[in-house]
Amino acid sequence: MSALLEVSGVSVSFDGFKAITDLSFSIGPTELRAIIGPNGAGKTTFMDIVTGKTKPNSGTVLWGEKGQSLLAMSEAAIARAGIGRKFQRPTVFEDQTVAENLILALKSKRGPFAALGFKLSKAGQGRVADLAAQVGLHDHLSRKAGELSHGQKQWLEIAMLLAQEPRLLLVDEPAAGMTLAEREQTTALLVDIARTRAVVVVEHDMEFVRRLGCRVTVLHEGSVLAEGSLDHVTKNPDVIDVYLGRG
Amino acid sequence: MTHSSPRFPAPSQAKTSQHILRPRKMARIPATVGMLAALAILTLAVTLLSPAFGMGEMSTSFVKTLGKTLCLCLAALAMDIVWGYTGILSLGHMAFFAIGGYMIGQWLMYARTQEIVVQALASGPIPATADEVAQGVATQIFGVVGGSDMPMIWGFAHSLPLQLVLVVAVPGILALIFGWLAFRSRVTGVYLSILTQAMTLALSLYLFQNDSGLRGNNGLSGLQNLPALGDVSQDLVSIWFFWASALALGLVYLGLSWGISGKFGSVLRAIRDDEARVRFLGYPVEVYKLFVFTLTAVICGLAGVLYYPQAGIINPAELAPIASIYLAVWVAIGGRGRLYGAVIGAAFVSLLSSWFTGGRAPSVNLGVYTIDWVDWWQVLLGLSFVAVTLLAPKGIGGLFDRLTGQRPPNRKGAPLGPNEGALQEQEAVE
Amino acid sequence: MRSLILAVLLACFGLHAQCDTVAQIATAHAADIAKPSRQSIGPVIADLAASGDPMAAKLLEAWGNKALGQRKADKAFFLLAPDPAGYALTDLTGASAGTAAKSDISELKPNAGVRGLIASALVQFTLSDPDPVRRADALTSIAQDPKAESLAPLRAAIDSETDPALKAQKQRLERLLTLRFDTDPAARIAAIDSFGSDLGLDLRAALNPLLATSRIATQDDGAGLNIARVLHPGRDLTAVEAYDLLVTTGAAPARLTHDDQKKALAAQITDGKVGGIAVADLTDQAARDRAYTALEAAGAVPTAATDDEVTAAIAAHHFYEAYAEPDASVTAAAQAALAKISRVVGAMQVADLTLDGLSLAAIYFLAAIGLAITFGVMGVINMAHGEFITMGAYTGYVVQQIVPGYTASLIVAFPLAFALTFGAGVALERLVIRHLYKRPLETLLATFGISIALQQLFKNIFGTQARPLTSPPWLDGALTLNDVVSISYIRIAIFGLALLFLGFFLYLMNRTRLGLEVRAVTQNPAMAASMGINPDRINMLTFGLGSGIAGIAGVAIGLFAKVTSELGTDYIVQSFMTVVVGGVGNIWGALAGATMIGGFQKAIEWLNPSNTLAAQTYMILFIILFIQFRPRGIIALKGRAAGD
Repeated sequence: MSALLEVSGVSVSFDGFKAITDLSFSIGPTELRAIIGPNGAGKTTFMDIVTGKTKPNSGTVLWGEKGQSLLAMSEAAIARAGIGRKFQRPTVFEDQTVAENLILALKSKRGPFAALGFKLSKAGQGRVADLAAQVGLHDHLSRKAGELSHGQKQWLEIAMLLAQEPRLLLVDEPAAGMTLAEREQTTALLVDIARTRAVVVVEHDMEFVRRLGCRVTVLHEGSVLAEGSLDHVTKNPDVIDVYLGRG
Repeated sequence: MTHSSPRFPAPSQAKTSQHILRPRKMARIPATVGMLAALAILTLAVTLLSPAFGMGEMSTSFVKTLGKTLCLCLAALAMDIVWGYTGILSLGHMAFFAIGGYMIGQWLMYARTQEIVVQALASGPIPATADEVAQGVATQIFGVVGGSDMPMIWGFAHSLPLQLVLVVAVPGILALIFGWLAFRSRVTGVYLSILTQAMTLALSLYLFQNDSGLRGNNGLSGLQNLPALGDVSQDLVSIWFFWASALALGLVYLGLSWGISGKFGSVLRAIRDDEARVRFLGYPVEVYKLFVFTLTAVICGLAGVLYYPQAGIINPAELAPIASIYLAVWVAIGGRGRLYGAVIGAAFVSLLSSWFTGGRAPSVNLGVYTIDWVDWWQVLLGLSFVAVTLLAPKGIGGLFDRLTGQRPPNRKGAPLGPNEGALQEQEAVE
Repeated sequence: MRSLILAVLLACFGLHAQCDTVAQIATAHAADIAKPSRQSIGPVIADLAASGDPMAAKLLEAWGNKALGQRKADKAFFLLAPDPAGYALTDLTGASAGTAAKSDISELKPNAGVRGLIASALVQFTLSDPDPVRRADALTSIAQDPKAESLAPLRAAIDSETDPALKAQKQRLERLLTLRFDTDPAARIAAIDSFGSDLGLDLRAALNPLLATSRIATQDDGAGLNIARVLHPGRDLTAVEAYDLLVTTGAAPARLTHDDQKKALAAQITDGKVGGIAVADLTDQAARDRAYTALEAAGAVPTAATDDEVTAAIAAHHFYEAYAEPDASVTAAAQAALAKISRVVGAMQVADLTLDGLSLAAIYFLAAIGLAITFGVMGVINMAHGEFITMGAYTGYVVQQIVPGYTASLIVAFPLAFALTFGAGVALERLVIRHLYKRPLETLLATFGISIALQQLFKNIFGTQARPLTSPPWLDGALTLNDVVSISYIRIAIFGLALLFLGFFLYLMNRTRLGLEVRAVTQNPAMAASMGINPDRINMLTFGLGSGIAGIAGVAIGLFAKVTSELGTDYIVQSFMTVVVGGVGNIWGALAGATMIGGFQKAIEWLNPSNTLAAQTYMILFIILFIQFRPRGIIALKGRAAGD
């Protein structure tokens, strides 16, 4: 299987504290993957490395068919290359309308001159409407994003991610703070998305992961502890040790 | 694997109304039209009252004051774009304004002095050579700082077109270099503000030196006299500059309100509110910031070009850090994040300021102490600025929201967050 | 030494057979004294000086001060003093001789040359004056204006000196005079060598004239000149300079300046033409030259040196830089001595610069330490910090107006300044900043509003002129190691104060309950609150503390800077830079930042001493570049703790 993202032997430390040690990870072009692990396992740092926010001390991060290295690229360039990221806390532009948020995210040329001359095409209008409909925000297009509920903001952010048309989505705890019904909708949405692109979900919540029904990577102290189906990894004695044996 | 499709409520309308998706067509037009109309009416009124073309109800110096105010409004517009929209609190934009003034001042002073020197030399029995004229001009201009040679930086001063190129190029290139250095190392928030302030201080200290080539603390003077026009009266000159200032303000206002009404403006506000998020959307944030920083620096430079011939003199005190902070004060009082707010703030505060400090405001007799506004205006300004920041973060512009019934988005008791122009919480910790 | 004594004795006994009294000498040379000339009076003055009569000094002094008169009736000399009757007379034995009307006396008015001779003769007397103060004065006056004539009397006055300090001073001065004025080159070289690597300014002042050079143009090979170096026209000096040198020495005719040419042309205008060229066409130099050449040919104007002639004249001469001192061995010795001195001076200057840099760093640190607390620890940017410094300085000034005694008033001023600015800080925090946490840019603006209001308020109260804040007398003066290295006591005191604050801060943050709570609130306000710490109170106290320290710094800064309403503004940008460059949130960072900025600024000033403004400009540019490489400052908090 040719991987879309190939992370190998990555280490990073902050002031002597090793956040990631010799981590290797790969994901195919249309795959849903969950990453679980206790606090401080390095989940967020892993996403920081892939999206260019943190530069690792060693290791390689290769992207796409051509095996392009992501390490020399800026965050914006990585995003343009097709990696979208959703933060744990919903981060939408609260002062702008839902429509404006979506138009911002819509795949287009990103330079300032392109933005000055930007005019939303018919196709673009349709795409915004479709995306809004997909996450149930169609009726809220003209509202300011700041007025939305917490769950709606999460979905708006997911819609914005989709508007970027990324090939890989990194989703950090999408279900945090959601009601049960909202969780189910989110699960369905993620599974749906993963049919056409790669999705990495970082999550604490085992129930949520179980519902995703996908391959799971367990991180512990900055490296991969186990990988496989959820049932497989939960039988792994090391994983049991980490999750339960501490006390 | 479950393959249930997401279950969201179905859209209530089949078709999305177009205006929602096309922000450029949205309701920014009334403000722009209103502002341009007000500007046109003001221009007409000033022309009709001016000594040159009208009844002369208005003194030449007041026409100049109004013309200068329009230039300050122009600088405030630039400040609003860079701060109110993009969230970069630059404390250096008045330096670009002054640099523009210096650039045009070089030509004005050189050309005017040359006229005088040529005239003086013409009375001799032998006509002057070009060298003698140049030497005479240099002595005239640099005698005060004990020099008699033209410094290199006056190399273009003989030519108006070249000097006008410098008016754009010098502030632009300076802003480009400074911005590139600052933005690429991700200096943001208060750090950037302090850094811009330091840049301004460095520039003004440099210009205070006598060997800076720009006459040290004497600055450039006599800029109100236009060369090559003989003895055209200041009545006429003042109204010309008023027109030019009004035209520049109108055009820049129109251009900027077009620029920010679309996606570009949306990106800028997004950068202001959450820079990191914009980066993860794939926008080259640094390029945008640099673009805005440089563009607004050039606008400030142009405003300075129109301002200083009306003021008549420019010296390094003009680009002291305090001037740039006042620019921020005007925009804040007017209401940042809206163009008309910047214009209103700059006009209101600077006119009020010249009224108070001009000694025309009546003193207040408190019995034991008489408040003389020349002394107390700064205190009042400082305190009212604190009050505006604390109590009315939207400034005067906020009043318009009240009048037109617009309400801020219901934030459910959340603090006045990013949309008030503040950056992220993290900049406090960074 | 012995030969000197002998010389003096000979001057008295040998040369003149016997020592006459002053009165006798005066009578003998009455005509010379009454109408002295520089040539003839020398021996008389020498006789008087050598007479050994105590009246000699008085007579010479009176003569030099134009208070010596001759009675017209009998040609007798008297010392004159003003008296209602005219003059009170004292005869040459020192006895009073009554009074005389002004018309009876002709006052002697020796010319300047004679007075000079008298003065140097008097030196010998003052150098041996019984009053040590007068002896010291005489030494000072010789040192200030060293003359060849002073050498002999000085030598004569060494042995009789009883005061050891004065004796050492005399000996040093004797050597300094010897190396310049002695007639024997060997003695001069010995005097030069005797100083070793002494750093005294007086030594350098004595050596430098020996090496004074002048440019000389000769047609021969410069024999007889003590040549410092050979100058090659075009390389060591420009052709213009070379020719000008020839013109000033009269070896070549003056070149025609453009101005002179213009005047000459103007004088020759006939019918709108000069030398056949229309006046209106004389708008470039070439046309003027043609016109002048035409006039030259016609003989209407003097011939001026053409370029060819200039070149030839330069080629015909040799140019030298020659010492005024003819003896090459002396100049060589002086040069070697100066080179040795300048090496030592260089090292000392580095030491002095380091001290200067450190004391500037201490000042910046003092100004910045309050900021390091409010900005560094709390993340609150306070643009009014500079005004708190000013407030402290004005407090010191007001206290000095009330409390007598500079020391006592300082003791009162420090705590009072702290209390006042602490209060002001707490008020600012409660009224303004508290409402703006999480909105740093607006804090910046609001505190800026406070800053302009306070600044104007100071102006309204104290006026615009500088107010004196005088340091106590024990802080006056400087600790002087030698002529190069010195540091004023006040700077040492400020350095001490800075160290004190550093210690205080470290103690407060690391060893006290308050420090613990401050650190807790800084790191995690919510968690701290749940542990029972009141973040509101901590923020208020921390801000007050930072402001209070600014007040104390203000008193200290006021002691050496001008206390005006703009005092704080001068320090605010540097203070912020100090904190930013050093690294926010860390007191060692502020220290490192202050040291770097202070040291760097002094170094730039040293490279370009004429221009402190430029030094500040370059300093700021340097900081802007520095931040490129270490955006988080010298001492940065790293990793996730740094936030972002």
